[in-house]
Amino acid sequence: MTSSAPDIASLIHRIMRDDRGRLLAALIRSLGDFHLAEDSLSDALERALIHWSRSGPPDRPDAWLLQTARRRAIDRIRKDRGLADRAPEIRRLMEEDEAERAEAAPEIPDERLRLIFTCCHPALDEKSRVALTLRTVGGLTAREISRAFLDTEPAMGQRISRAKAKIARAGITYKVPEPEDWDARLGSVLTTIYLVFNEGWTAGPGEAPIRATLCEEAIFLARLLTDLAPEDPEIEGLLALMCLSHARHGSRLSPDGTIVSLDDQDRKLWDRALIDEGLTLLDQAMARGRAGPFQLQAAISALHVTSDPPDWPQIRLLYDRLAGFNPSPVVRLNRAVAIAEAGAVQEALDELIGLEPALASYQPFHAALGEIAGRAGDITGARRALRTAIELSRSDTEKRWLSDRLAQLAPH
Amino acid sequence: MQYLALIYSADGTGPQPGTEEWGAFMQGYADAGKTYHAEGVMQGGNALEHTSTATSVRVRDGKVETMDGPFAETKERLGGYYLLDCKDLDQAIRMAALIPTAQFGTVELRPIMQVELPE
Repeated sequence: MTSSAPDIASLIHRIMRDDRGRLLAALIRSLGDFHLAEDSLSDALERALIHWSRSGPPDRPDAWLLQTARRRAIDRIRKDRGLADRAPEIRRLMEEDEAERAEAAPEIPDERLRLIFTCCHPALDEKSRVALTLRTVGGLTAREISRAFLDTEPAMGQRISRAKAKIARAGITYKVPEPEDWDARLGSVLTTIYLVFNEGWTAGPGEAPIRATLCEEAIFLARLLTDLAPEDPEIEGLLALMCLSHARHGSRLSPDGTIVSLDDQDRKLWDRALIDEGLTLLDQAMARGRAGPFQLQAAISALHVTSDPPDWPQIRLLYDRLAGFNPSPVVRLNRAVAIAEAGAVQEALDELIGLEPALASYQPFHAALGEIAGRAGDITGARRALRTAIELSRSDTEKRWLSDRLAQLAPH
Repeated sequence: MQYLALIYSADGTGPQPGTEEWGAFMQGYADAGKTYHAEGVMQGGNALEHTSTATSVRVRDGKVETMDGPFAETKERLGGYYLLDCKDLDQAIRMAALIPTAQFGTVELRPIMQVELPE
């Protein structure tokens, strides 16, 4: 029985969405070359469209694609670089091919952990890590990535190919890092994934669909990591953090698109299953007895969703510990907000004023300063800070929310 | 894979000769060298005289022109280098981090280009 062309096209589309990262990772592993792996996989997809439409899809489409891609790679190597100097590579590829044919249902090795570590190598610029990870592991198109990051498609394509060229030329090997590098390299992976999530989180209503994809993509990547590198408390911590945040996805914007602050959100709209998953993961991570910044952030998030009103003194203590790991101005800003919420408004204000030089162009700083100065009775300072926050904001919903706060301040 | 580790720092930012810190600083270089040998990555390396001793040379229209000073005047100056043969960039980064000047200056790692010369 032959399948209709649309069926085959949608089958291929589904495989690309679900399996592209795994296929690509396996190919890069055997070819040692990003470009060649991508080109060969594209070749294989083209052939799939023709062959499968004619004689129906194979039993194991993924294995068929991998095998075809590998053979296409052999052809490409032969053509591009002359047989003689590439003989060992070709021999190895043909051996892999033979070995696979001998098995009835070949298991495709999951090499995605190598791929993630390679894409998130700290020798690559942060934005390139994000783009490369989304493109190769996540399977987003260059178009989707460029839309999500407000970049042009050619610019994003160029960024991705520059990063791949650096991987090839600078000796970034396709491997899971050595034990002595593990913590630092994992930190880079987790930060990259969290960047993807945050990019999705700061969404305006017009951008909502593609941005939500980013949040889901980040959660997908973290879930994948918990499978590939189990029992790491920071990976669990990051996944917990994102589950707990994403669970509130449906309630953070009002129907007209304004941001609803956490305390005013309708808790009935929260995704219970995701919250439970987040809390379970967090418990699991904490039980391992190796605290880290993502676990602490998840614990803070957990306190926000489990107690109403939130337990601010406890949250403040967690921020104190987080600042111990990461004394960045942004962490200290969040800590200052917790101090204010825990009742010490003047202490919070003093802390904030000390942060001004470092955060002068950071919108959330001025929003927080406006709020806290207002509570401390400094209405003039509060107005000034809120106006600066509005100027710095890049989202209409945020601007509207800040304007409301400004209007609510007592007139002077 | 070979890497050139280029060691940059601004004048006066590191330990000065004759001070207590200088001894520890030089010991740091000796230790780094020992590790490079032990790991089998050491291909060579030298400290350079100050950029005020540099001469820049170029040939224009067949004429040799010389200039007093470095190619570019920058605050951070190239003060030395190592040539390291490492397994990959990860190992090169670990080795570069052992260079004492990295504590206050910057070490730039540049892969040596693989070129096939005609026979």
